[in-house]
Amino acid sequence: MVQGTGAFSKIYPSAKAALAGVADNMTILVGGFGLCGIPENLIAALRDSGVKGLTCVSNNAGVDDFGLGLLLQTRQIKKMLSSYVGENATFEKQFLSGELELEFCPQGTLAERLRAGGAGIPGFYTATGAGTVVAEGKEKKVFDGREYILERGITGDFALVKAWKADEFGNLVFRKTARNFNPMIATAGKITVVEVEEIVPVGELDPDQVHTPGVYVQRIIKSPSLEKRIEQRTITKA
Amino acid sequence: MPLTRDQIAQRISREVKPGYCVNLGIGIPTLVANYIPASMHVMLQSENGLLGMGPFPLDKDVDADLINAGKQTVTALPGASFFSSADSFAMIRGGHIDLTVLGAMEVDMNGDIASWMVPGKMVKGMGGAMDLVAGARTVIVAMQHTSKDGASKLLKKCTLPLTGKDCVTRIVTDMGVLEVDKGRGFKLLEWAPDLSAEAVIKATEAPVTVVPGAGPMKV
Repeated sequence: MVQGTGAFSKIYPSAKAALAGVADNMTILVGGFGLCGIPENLIAALRDSGVKGLTCVSNNAGVDDFGLGLLLQTRQIKKMLSSYVGENATFEKQFLSGELELEFCPQGTLAERLRAGGAGIPGFYTATGAGTVVAEGKEKKVFDGREYILERGITGDFALVKAWKADEFGNLVFRKTARNFNPMIATAGKITVVEVEEIVPVGELDPDQVHTPGVYVQRIIKSPSLEKRIEQRTITKA
Repeated sequence: MPLTRDQIAQRISREVKPGYCVNLGIGIPTLVANYIPASMHVMLQSENGLLGMGPFPLDKDVDADLINAGKQTVTALPGASFFSSADSFAMIRGGHIDLTVLGAMEVDMNGDIASWMVPGKMVKGMGGAMDLVAGARTVIVAMQHTSKDGASKLLKKCTLPLTGKDCVTRIVTDMGVLEVDKGRGFKLLEWAPDLSAEAVIKATEAPVTVVPGAGPMKV
């Protein structure tokens, strides 16, 4: 299954092959912000795998016909953990009908929960959400006169990541704001699968420019194609 | 005449000081960028992972990998940096962002803000708003002074679920500029030209005191 000749090679021939082992009721972490920097091909392969009852942790839920919206259409997601789901009508319908569970988490807290999960930190205190519904049922603690709430780290069975470039060891480089949640998600999966636009031999990436060290990455595919759909195409007239 | 959305944004732009790192929310706050003088060195932060955000790109320069938190295509200015969401919110939570400007549905005299949820309606999520109000050094709210049916949005106590407690410092509405007078009410600093201090007081549920030197806004 594994291609490549390098001693570290983690390269898989297809998105389908790279998702070997995904099963019903798993927790899947998915990178991206809106439709920017989402692992398009891995999401499509996850849909095609037919697994059900998934808990998906992702900042957003895609749009109706793209990104995680694809897995909502097929009702493969049981629960979403997100900070904002405004762009998805399918989501709204399934949530209101009670088919879909939803847990909202403030965006920065979500990012930090993933970072903590990947870093072996089971929980941390933050002032974000103190005194709001987000604090309900959570331990509270006052530091220096300010109230903080305890938030838990997050890990997942699989982490699906989109990067710009990878080497065969899985060292990753992201591009512009397509980085977003991807680096934390890469650290927080038991099996981290990355799709990239270009795979280069080990030694080609400048170690000073690596964003995510390859230790976090188990499997890599090269995206066969990418739509990179834009949600709001806003321009300045020349 | 009450202020237009652009005039609210223009007034808020005067709160931006040279060297500031600023996060602008969606709606009126986004318009603030249009009124920051080009000569002033200010870094705009977009919480999806960009400090040094520039204007919308030319059609030929549109890049799907370069968007702002409103999912709009943008550009990066010289001196910009890209980073992860965890780093982005570390700079917000850690107090490194000087100012954030957000919209709101309600603000109260304790500095509490409600901006993300109306019970009984579909909730889209808080996004980064809870982190921003808890972490930015200064929180300015841009909003209409009253709802469409005339009810005050500046209250003694917020009725909607909160985005954050005790975090708002200043509010710029279509009627004027007010400061939270914690536990007591709001201090009126300026009012829209053609309006009066009395009109603002009448449209505000919480007590309003007019500070010495307050007067009509220069627009």
